[in-house]
Amino acid sequence: MFKKFSHGTIERNVILLAVLTLITVSIGGLAQIVPLFTVETTIERVQGIRPYTPLELMGRNIYVREGCYACHSQMIRPFRDEHERYGHYSLAAESMYDRPFQWGSKRTGPDLARVGGRYSDDWHAAHFRDPRALVPGSVMPPYGFLDRPLRGIHNIEAHLRTQAGLGVPYTAEMIANARADLLAQARPEAEGNGFEERYPNARRAVFDGNAGTVTEMDAIIAYMQMLGTLVDFRDVTPEQLRQQ
Amino acid sequence: MPTKIEKDHISGQETTGHEWDGLKELNTPLPKWWLYTFYATILFSLVWVILYPAFPIQGWTGLTGWTARGALPAQLEAERARTEPMLARVREAGLQGTADDPELRAFALAGGRIGFANNCAGCHGAGGQGAPGGFPNLADDDWLFGGTLEDIHHTIAHGVRAGESDQERGIPMPAFLAMGMLTPAEIADTAEFVLSFTGRATDEAAAQRGAEHYEINCSSCHGPAGEGMREQGAPALNNQIWLYGGDRQSIIRSIAYSRAGVMPSWQGRLDPAMVTMITVYVHALGGGE
Repeated sequence: MFKKFSHGTIERNVILLAVLTLITVSIGGLAQIVPLFTVETTIERVQGIRPYTPLELMGRNIYVREGCYACHSQMIRPFRDEHERYGHYSLAAESMYDRPFQWGSKRTGPDLARVGGRYSDDWHAAHFRDPRALVPGSVMPPYGFLDRPLRGIHNIEAHLRTQAGLGVPYTAEMIANARADLLAQARPEAEGNGFEERYPNARRAVFDGNAGTVTEMDAIIAYMQMLGTLVDFRDVTPEQLRQQ
Repeated sequence: MPTKIEKDHISGQETTGHEWDGLKELNTPLPKWWLYTFYATILFSLVWVILYPAFPIQGWTGLTGWTARGALPAQLEAERARTEPMLARVREAGLQGTADDPELRAFALAGGRIGFANNCAGCHGAGGQGAPGGFPNLADDDWLFGGTLEDIHHTIAHGVRAGESDQERGIPMPAFLAMGMLTPAEIADTAEFVLSFTGRATDEAAAQRGAEHYEINCSSCHGPAGEGMREQGAPALNNQIWLYGGDRQSIIRSIAYSRAGVMPSWQGRLDPAMVTMITVYVHALGGGE
């Protein structure tokens, strides 16, 4: 009986092959799908998480476009060495508005989950333009071409609306002010018109040192500088961090 | 296609029974050691799944209840307990005490080196050599805000123009062109005069005109002879050390649009003992006063 039910048997019976294939694939699929039903209970309820500002969102898009995730992770694992080097381990809540998330799986460069505020804006701009001028042994390519006007500002409202449709809590007010908010963050001298209230803890600055134009460099530095800065871990209780 | 299973007389294995133009295929079974290792890994995974949190069921933590998150605090605590006695001595001894005590000094230099590599080397370089574009060299004796232990400690703790501490270092230099305080021609003359501090002025008349603008606009911070002023963090202009480049174009750009390097405040980010250790390390890099 066992001898009879060999791979030869399966290969010769197309219906049996199909059924067994379906069962095997289903097991793999369930392992991926079932956790999604419990996602509401696995994301910690922590203070401070807000949706990305329009400029940060554009910066995030550049991050994805340039494939930064191929060399940089955004996931500090709960190990002591990572805790010492990068800070508190990443929480699910910190990437709950990431679509897709940028956890990455390889660190040719360092983890960026808490890079925000560690370096000055000038450092980021200089480092993007010529990484080896600041870190001699670096193998990161130069990204000086990001010093060009940011494109896609005209349809940022639609971009936010799409995110809202996916469940990111952008309000109608945020969507209506998207373009103004984007420009306001890169032009600290101008009126904010409620930007600070809509996006608490968002910093306004001339990120790339060039006040005249809103560039891709502005956007990606704005994104870099907010990474990992939203949660104040002094406010987080052990209960919130306990995984279900 | 004939399907006749036969025994291969060379290898002693059966064939699959397939034949293509006289070519037959051996049906060699998997090596026994491989097969049993494979079965063993399946068994191992079953045990693993029962012991550790592998099922996406709410509340299921496995029989051991182990999680990486749960294990971390004990590891951190063990490491803290290991280093805390020395860190407490560093905190108690203070800056000068740590630098003077040979044992604490050796501890601070070793710990400060790690802290510097993780937090400071990105801008100031792995050896504190700095980088062009506003990242000061910490290994020489040219200091923006002073090179004593107290000066370095204050700069690290409170940062520079980062808006994170009300005792931060550095006041912003005016952007003389952007703010309409000098015309482009006046700025060029002033730059010529600044170049004359290091004997590089090529247009004597322009430098003379620039001297007047320098006297009014620059000398209160950078000093009448370009010697700089540490209270303001105004760099010396009379030596060959330039944060943003010392050529004519760079100087003109600095006057016209200003420069304002930023360094974060580290007192909230790092343990006070670590700030002390990094201070002792930086002080020992070569330029400590």
